[in-house]
Amino acid sequence: MKKPPFPSVRKRVEAIVLGASAGGIEALSVLLDGLPANWRIPMTVVLHLPEAHESHLAEIFAQRLPIPVHEAADKMPLAAGSLYFAPPGYHLSIERERCFSLSCEPPVLFSRPSIDVLMASAADTYGPAVAGFLLTGANDDGAEGLYRIHLAGGLTAVQDPKEALISIMPSAAIARHAPDHVLPLRELRTLLLQLESAHAI
Amino acid sequence: MNTEHTPPLHPLSDTEIELRLLMEAIYLKYSYDFRNYTVASQKRRVLYALDQLGLPSISALQEKVLRDTALFGRLLQFLTIPVSEMFRDPAYFLALRRHVVPILHTYPSVRVWVAGCSTGEEVFSLAILLREEGLLERTQIYATDINPASLEKARLGIFPLEAIRGYTANYQRAGGRNAFSDYYTAAYDAARFDPSLCADAIFADHSLATDSVFAETQLVSCRNVLIYFNRQLQDRALGLFHESLSHRGFLGLGSKESIDFSSYADRFAPHARAERIYRKGT
Repeated sequence: MKKPPFPSVRKRVEAIVLGASAGGIEALSVLLDGLPANWRIPMTVVLHLPEAHESHLAEIFAQRLPIPVHEAADKMPLAAGSLYFAPPGYHLSIERERCFSLSCEPPVLFSRPSIDVLMASAADTYGPAVAGFLLTGANDDGAEGLYRIHLAGGLTAVQDPKEALISIMPSAAIARHAPDHVLPLRELRTLLLQLESAHAI
Repeated sequence: MNTEHTPPLHPLSDTEIELRLLMEAIYLKYSYDFRNYTVASQKRRVLYALDQLGLPSISALQEKVLRDTALFGRLLQFLTIPVSEMFRDPAYFLALRRHVVPILHTYPSVRVWVAGCSTGEEVFSLAILLREEGLLERTQIYATDINPASLEKARLGIFPLEAIRGYTANYQRAGGRNAFSDYYTAAYDAARFDPSLCADAIFADHSLATDSVFAETQLVSCRNVLIYFNRQLQDRALGLFHESLSHRGFLGLGSKESIDFSSYADRFAPHARAERIYRKGT
């Protein structure tokens, strides 16, 4: 199931979607560390947080990264080179018009925002031109969404469960389908940079 | 080449084609216009409806729904999202109290439009707030929705008792002046709200997609409704609100909604920006 990551990744993607739960902030920090300021592929993250609280994820990562970071708002267009976080208490989808939409539908697998919802919408919108990354987490959210990306011909990457702080989420994804890549964070970061290089061609 | 502005569109899936045809059929047959709803959420709800109704495909649903009015009534419950709570986003209601109510007090009479009122939680919340602020007596509330079953529930003002604890916390954070329990009577597993709160409110069937303005209002509260509309339909709805609002009238949206990406961005000014309360004109 594990394939050698390098130097084979030449896939050209239009967007990257990422999901994580418990331990996700730390994992995401490692994954996105050293991102270049001229980054181009829009990235969208669902990170599970308690619903009642305002999220400060966008502020936190805006301080750490050299690219624009926003909380996704309804009908906000996806801009090149930006990083977006789903707001707490809403499902986040990407529409064909390349903009976000929010929804108050009930939680999926106890989660709102749901990683499955974001990833399935990205698979519908981008088809094969999307990459999904699933990191550490303590529930099954994301396994189905990542599988939908795989079915649409997109690229799927999962944090090595042996390295993940909580292995439930990556293990559930691996049980659902054989991801294109199962790697520790440092190598997932190299994969991310390769996707950017392929995008720039 | 800058591909971000002219993305190569991934071809429509069969499911999305079926979805569009279903919405066209519903519009032609029943005059309910869901054609400009956001696709991602609509698709999820229709697929869920298929599962619940035991039908194999959207095309099969379309065939049945064209000939079976009762089935359409059931499908309508899946297509609309009756998810609401009382004093949802307490900061919104607190901002209404602090920054809108003092201005509404300067009017001899006030009209409030709750657009997309669903099962009425927001209507009763506003009625409580207006009564505590001494405004309910001279306020006419219009509560509208496209779903007759939701409107029927809204009129009754009966909400599940299990939700009351959360509503009470919301009410307190929203600047509530009394004990929340003053407003309802608990019986079995339900809380029945004081019928006098909405005795004069008008609950009416109205579609933001197909109907026009029916009254001049000073406050429109339309929260977490526009998120289900695409930009074209959002613009239509915002146009109705703009037309309905009197000079310097107020528009309240959901906490993650924004007029920034609509054609009306420059026709409203933020009044309480973080709480998504806008004011007509500048």
